[in-house]
Amino acid sequence: MKIMIRGVRGSIPTTGPDTVYYGGNTSCAVAVEDDCILVLDGGSGMQKFNLLQTTAVKRVDILLTHLHLDHIQGLGFFNPFFDPTLDIHIWGPVSNISLRTRLSRYLSPPLFPVLLRDLPCKLTLHEIGDSSFDIGPFQIESRYVIHPGPTVGYRIKGKHSVFTYMPDHEPMLGAKEFPADKRWISGMELAQDADLLLHDAQYSAQQYPYRMGWGHSSMDDVAKFAELAAVKHLLLAHHDPSNSDTDLNNLFEDLQKRNNYLFKYELAAEGMVIELP
Amino acid sequence: MAYPIEIILSRQLADCLSMPVFITDTVGNLIFYNEPAENLLGTRFEETGEMKVETWGTIFKPKDEDGNVMPPENLPLVRTLKDQYPYHKSFWIESMKGNTEKISVTSYPIIGRAGNFVGAVAIFWEAKDI
Repeated sequence: MKIMIRGVRGSIPTTGPDTVYYGGNTSCAVAVEDDCILVLDGGSGMQKFNLLQTTAVKRVDILLTHLHLDHIQGLGFFNPFFDPTLDIHIWGPVSNISLRTRLSRYLSPPLFPVLLRDLPCKLTLHEIGDSSFDIGPFQIESRYVIHPGPTVGYRIKGKHSVFTYMPDHEPMLGAKEFPADKRWISGMELAQDADLLLHDAQYSAQQYPYRMGWGHSSMDDVAKFAELAAVKHLLLAHHDPSNSDTDLNNLFEDLQKRNNYLFKYELAAEGMVIELP
Repeated sequence: MAYPIEIILSRQLADCLSMPVFITDTVGNLIFYNEPAENLLGTRFEETGEMKVETWGTIFKPKDEDGNVMPPENLPLVRTLKDQYPYHKSFWIESMKGNTEKISVTSYPIIGRAGNFVGAVAIFWEAKDI
């Protein structure tokens, strides 16, 4: 399974000379196995998706964790939507209002000139919750996780490896510490023994107490979460828009000084490509 | 198998409250009680772990205003588990430490996002009248 990281910024696209290294685009990652393509979230990192030009793929699946703007703002600029030969499936969390209606709030005037129903591709929407489903060679589990509004995380099992994607998640909300019993930890079931975990790490440990309840995690909490889940490789993502590359490097260096985790962990950066076994 | 997110959030809320709170699964197993509830029961969650309804329903010896022992099926939380409606009742309890206290209990079902019943919560406080 090949994982391509397309956007790692949280909340709002943040471009400029001081975010060039980690990137300013909001949440998007792509998982590929054989000719099957999964696009995880539709943040602004989705805009330059051009994989189809070099493949014979006729179907693309977009897995949305939730519908906050930084996870859907790239949808209107996703070129495959405008190709009538393509079969596109969007998966997103169920709510009291249909997925189509919620997406149409963005993909309609006055926010966007093209209506969702007018997109030329063959579009199918799927509403999920605590669900299990297969797409090509992928076996996918979605579970609700702690974040404001209906939000899921994904566990994507390919032929030989597991990628877990939880870009917006606050498992420590209201908790003093992680419970010893893992059944009580939001998202743990998705992350357990994953080969790669991309997880929200928007804040430093110092910032988190002032942002509690906003739906995001501190770097320290996420590293601890990954250790408990026996994850092999952790990507800390959803970088706070106020943090420059230098800020992120300093925060990460501080995290490393205070901890001695044995698994691989690093800050997610736009453009990263990771080959899983 | 992980607990549903609505149950996990209920525990995390209970962890922040000074009121005693019980959380059960859909069949009545007491899967969590918070620190104030530990004081009420006279035992610690770490020590007892999860308890079946037959155990926790009698562990604190609930009694009515006439001193009669109340069967578990009359407790608000057990009624909520039965029909998934909220209930409220005041009664007497005797904790594992032998203390007798007058309490009020409000119980309510946890209905998740998908509309499914995932468990129940009971909140306890000192009764003003009985």
